[in-house]
Amino acid sequence: MKAGVVVFPGSNCDHDCYHVLKHVIGAETVFLWHKDTDLQGVDLVVFPGGFSYGDYLRCGAIAKFSPIVSEVIKFAENGGHVLGICNGFQVLTESGLLPGALMRNRGLKFKCEYVNLRVDNSDTPYTNMYADGEVIRIPIAHADGNYYIDEEGMKELEENNQIVFRYCDDNGTAEDDSNPNGSLGNIAGIINKKGNVLGMMPHPERCAEGIMETRDGYFLFESIAKFIGGCK
Amino acid sequence: MSVYEKFGFPEVTAEAAKGMGLSASEFDGVKKLLGRMPNYIELGVISSMYSEHCSYKSSRIHLAKFPTTAPWVVQGPGENAGIIEVDDEGLCVCFKVESHNHPSFIEPFQGAATGVGGILRDVFTMGARPVAAMNSLRFGKLDKPKNRQIFEGVVAGISHYGNCFGVPTVGGEVYFNSCYDGNPLVNAFALGVVQKENIYLAKAEGLGNPVIYVGAKTGRDGIHGATMASEEFNENSESKRPNVQIGDPFKEKLLLEACLELMKTDYIVGIQDMGAAGLTSSSFEMASKSGSGVRLDLDMVPMREKGMNPYEIMLSESQERMLMVAKKGYEDKVKAIFDKWDLDAVVIGEVTNDGYVRLFWDGEEVAALEAAPLADEAPKYNRPYVRGEYMDELQRLPKVESPSNLQKVLEDLLANETIASKRWVWNQYDHMVRVGTVQLPGSDAAVIRLNESEKGIAISSDCNSRYCLLNPYEGGKAAIAESARNVAVSGARPRAFTNCLNFGNPEKPDIMWQFVSAVEGMAEAAKVLETPAISGNVSLYNETEGKPIHPTPTIVMVGVFDDVTKRIGSYFTSMESAVYLLGENTGYIGGSEYLASVHGYERGDAPEVDLEREKNIIDFMCDAADKRLVKAAHDVSEGGLAVALCEMCFGGENVGVNIKLESGIRSDALLFGENHGRVILEIDVNNAQAITDLAEKYNLPISKIGRTCSGLIEIANKSDKVISAKVADLEKIWKNSIGDRMK
Repeated sequence: MKAGVVVFPGSNCDHDCYHVLKHVIGAETVFLWHKDTDLQGVDLVVFPGGFSYGDYLRCGAIAKFSPIVSEVIKFAENGGHVLGICNGFQVLTESGLLPGALMRNRGLKFKCEYVNLRVDNSDTPYTNMYADGEVIRIPIAHADGNYYIDEEGMKELEENNQIVFRYCDDNGTAEDDSNPNGSLGNIAGIINKKGNVLGMMPHPERCAEGIMETRDGYFLFESIAKFIGGCK
Repeated sequence: MSVYEKFGFPEVTAEAAKGMGLSASEFDGVKKLLGRMPNYIELGVISSMYSEHCSYKSSRIHLAKFPTTAPWVVQGPGENAGIIEVDDEGLCVCFKVESHNHPSFIEPFQGAATGVGGILRDVFTMGARPVAAMNSLRFGKLDKPKNRQIFEGVVAGISHYGNCFGVPTVGGEVYFNSCYDGNPLVNAFALGVVQKENIYLAKAEGLGNPVIYVGAKTGRDGIHGATMASEEFNENSESKRPNVQIGDPFKEKLLLEACLELMKTDYIVGIQDMGAAGLTSSSFEMASKSGSGVRLDLDMVPMREKGMNPYEIMLSESQERMLMVAKKGYEDKVKAIFDKWDLDAVVIGEVTNDGYVRLFWDGEEVAALEAAPLADEAPKYNRPYVRGEYMDELQRLPKVESPSNLQKVLEDLLANETIASKRWVWNQYDHMVRVGTVQLPGSDAAVIRLNESEKGIAISSDCNSRYCLLNPYEGGKAAIAESARNVAVSGARPRAFTNCLNFGNPEKPDIMWQFVSAVEGMAEAAKVLETPAISGNVSLYNETEGKPIHPTPTIVMVGVFDDVTKRIGSYFTSMESAVYLLGENTGYIGGSEYLASVHGYERGDAPEVDLEREKNIIDFMCDAADKRLVKAAHDVSEGGLAVALCEMCFGGENVGVNIKLESGIRSDALLFGENHGRVILEIDVNNAQAITDLAEKYNLPISKIGRTCSGLIEIANKSDKVISAKVADLEKIWKNSIGDRMK
């Protein structure tokens, strides 16, 4: 697997994703500059967290007009794998690669903490190392992670098994008490219908090594690396 | 028409000088130094350079008392930030703490945000990538709406700036005391990583080299901010809101990336950020440090607003700007890097060799001042100081009755906003970005691994200002000792500190006495603990309507790990461990949170610090961490032994503690007294002998006081069961207290 981490002005988890992909997973990894249009032959594109273009106007709204995103849209349409984390998820919804929208947290404040996630679909290229219903702990860090989609869209997500992660309690129950930001249906991450584009608010790259609070994020990267193949 | 006629600057008089903060004698000194009357632009420049904030005129002679050298110190005070070496391969960390108190009172959100922005620039100006931020914050009590508003705004401002910039805000301290009602303290700390051979300094060398302005455009914000920060507050302070700068963390993030990219090349000679007094202090400092000179064409400065004049340009404190000197002929290469990041980079002048900073506007020289005398020979005062007559009364320990229900006292202390969990605060900070935070906030020190390696550092920020009020000398010692102890308790070797000295009006002899005594106490502790000062900042005139804050010399101590996996957390990790107390309970309650919040007395001499004992504790902890003998450790501070024990149970794992003390001390004093030199240790029962042997090696008293258990906190002294509660109940009080008050 060759991975590319997109660098927008204001991306700030770009180095973290690069580190985990390159040094922890062992994948050949490059940075993709927002003004460029060459994807350098990567198999996986990562939109990292941060504040692309300062999050001015609306999170992810300006990023979608960048030269690199037009290329990534074509790449995804052709079946290429795209992972959006936090601000990257916002870029994916803004650019139409994923349905729905991410609104201001219900508490109106930025929130950074470890949360429980229930894996609702382990049959994706990104989650095949997890089990359905497994509860994992991965941190969030965002002010705009409150996922919204209209009723029809929600029905479609559910019918196609596109909801990959939900915020939950220690026992895996996804109810309001364990919802950190007001997301509809406690949604923390979704995949597109084709199954090649995943967006999630939590940061798996922040818990992918033994020295961290958990190592639960490692398996997401390991899943996609195994799925694509060619890593050490 | 000359510039002076065009802009219609007022006449230069003693009155005008006073309006800019220059005293009559300082104004006379200026005339003497120049041998003539300064013009209006020069007067503005000089008054900023002479402000307390820029010149340290009241504090300089005392700051010289700090130890500032050690084999591991690469850069001591005098640059934008200090630097120490972490290993023997040139890996260095660069850090500094700085105040932004006055702006944060006037406009909490932007005041705090730009405080963070300023300290980050100080660090990356040196060539270091910021990898951790911290804050020491002080507010009035939360029962007053105004204090809640300031608290909310300051935390939001820090969150806004740090999160967007992409630096983890990994911890800090938050105190609440009514002495900060009209004068909150916002001290921002940042730390960056740099390889020794890649350090940049503020230099303007090489005749004819271009002076390049980079970053955001200059506006009218923050004009005379440095002067404002050198005055007391009064009812008119609100009208100074336009003196507060506006921050743009996105712009700063771009500036960081562009500067670090540029610093990998050999295109530039020196670089300096534009902080307090903006273009004035950056140009004069660079010129005076190099003994060169600088010519600036002010009409070339990128401006945000129309019609700005040279005076405003020199004194603006617009954020996210840097001044650099490049090698001649490399201008276009520098510009190309800034173009990539969509930032301005404009040649606005050149390096000269006549020792002067000369300012031009449309080709006309509008000011000419010799750099070195202004930068180096600003007024220096040995202000009179004397112990306040009220000190005797303050230091007298009042007699108090022991409350009958000590469990209720414990609950009240856990809910006390100074002691309660600061989760509400750090949940709003991104504390994990850059995947280096290997000890999450809430422990005694933050632990950061460097460059994704096993090397790391621990950082702790401390100052108990009540101790400093009651005995500034002991309080100063305590601030150093506690911060060093916290670093050591996390397993790291304390190496150096930075400080932010927040005091009242130095023109009052009793305040000046607090300052001098605290500095001497800190210097003494720093010598014994072998932790030099490598950077810092002084904030005076922290008074509103003549009422001073408690003396608050904030310390941020940095320690070093050769292997961060040796780090020690402060939460109990498992049941059936042995619990030891390193050090002794003396039952002294003077200056304690218990005496202040339960009995209403901020009285009694501050607890004394035994520096030899503290040094031994540091050595003991480093040795124990090395041998991996300790499962958890926590120092005893505000709230005493009982609060410290509770805090160790609040890691979310429902591990409790069963403590049996055998002491003749009165129970309230035993539980809540705050004497120094104590650490609680969680030890695997198999290591019992090893830990007591180690304590003996360092000549430290140690006693087994109990064991960990499931879900209960029980403390007994002899046959007297003083505390018996569920972990979950006490944890809830402690955890939700601040959040509930802020709803």
